Amino acid sequence: MIVLQAILIVIMIAAAVATSIFKDLMNAVIACAAVSLIASLLFYMLDAPDVAMAEAAIGAGLTTAIFVLAIRKTQRYEP
Amino acid sequence: MRRASALVLLLVLAAGLAVVLAKIPFGQDKIGVGNHYIEKGVTETGATNIVTSVVVSYRGFDTLGEVTVLFAAALGVTTLLFVERPQERKKREPASLIVATGSRLLFPLIILFGIYIFLHGHLTPGGGFQGGAVIASGFLLLYLARPGQTMRRKNLSAAESLGGLVFVVVGLLGIVFSGYFLQNFLPKGHPNLLLSAGIIPLVYIAIGVKVGSELGRIIGDLVERD
Repeated sequence: MIVLQAILIVIMIAAAVATSIFKDLMNAVIACAAVSLIASLLFYMLDAPDVAMAEAAIGAGLTTAIFVLAIRKTQRYEP
Repeated sequence: MRRASALVLLLVLAAGLAVVLAKIPFGQDKIGVGNHYIEKGVTETGATNIVTSVVVSYRGFDTLGEVTVLFAAALGVTTLLFVERPQERKKREPASLIVATGSRLLFPLIILFGIYIFLHGHLTPGGGFQGGAVIASGFLLLYLARPGQTMRRKNLSAAESLGGLVFVVVGLLGIVFSGYFLQNFLPKGHPNLLLSAGIIPLVYIAIGVKVGSELGRIIGDLVERD
């Protein structure tokens, strides 16, 4: 279990770094959603199902949609 | 230069946090109030989900503040995106057959699941906020499947106001019957039954309806006014 958690945390950190590096904001948003999804998995493994549910529904689902809609209204590429 | 200074600042911040956090014992139960919730929570509130007993009963007033913050955020989005008369709508590409058919199948199930989550908030993990977010994601699916669809904003606003009103009225009834705002004035019943824990299910139903319609409206505003 602890190995799986360590792997998930490494992927999460990589996704978080990728979020700040990507110039294409659509890619950055997807990486950000990956961070939320793994955070929700980790919350579940740490016996916090209430927080895991909120993180999965709001962090991975709704926030991503709102970011995508906001990017469509503004610009996709960071100058 | 700017990057280097930012990196130095970040390192200083990380070192400071590490020094402070290293002194906090991790994984030990030293906090009296936490132990009180775990040991007495079920008998005092009647809710078997301890998280819910804290969110709605012990810290119910904080939850009212949270709901208010969410309301203010939704109001801000609506104000920013408000247009008196929507301009000519762009022609949208229709959704693919799979998305359209799948959403028709899944939408009722998602709404049902959201309602289940907030209805059983005092028994199983989840509650008003989680259930509301699930319902709002159902609305999002509907928008993806049927581009160009508009929602009935009046109904959503009515549901939102009703949810907030029920929360505050239940709190005020607590003053009338027991002397404190949001005090549990209904019988607590047997733990683990659907009709137990007094006002907690009522408050969570109100929060679920309010959060679901609010987040749904934020998404609807973003999709429709573009």
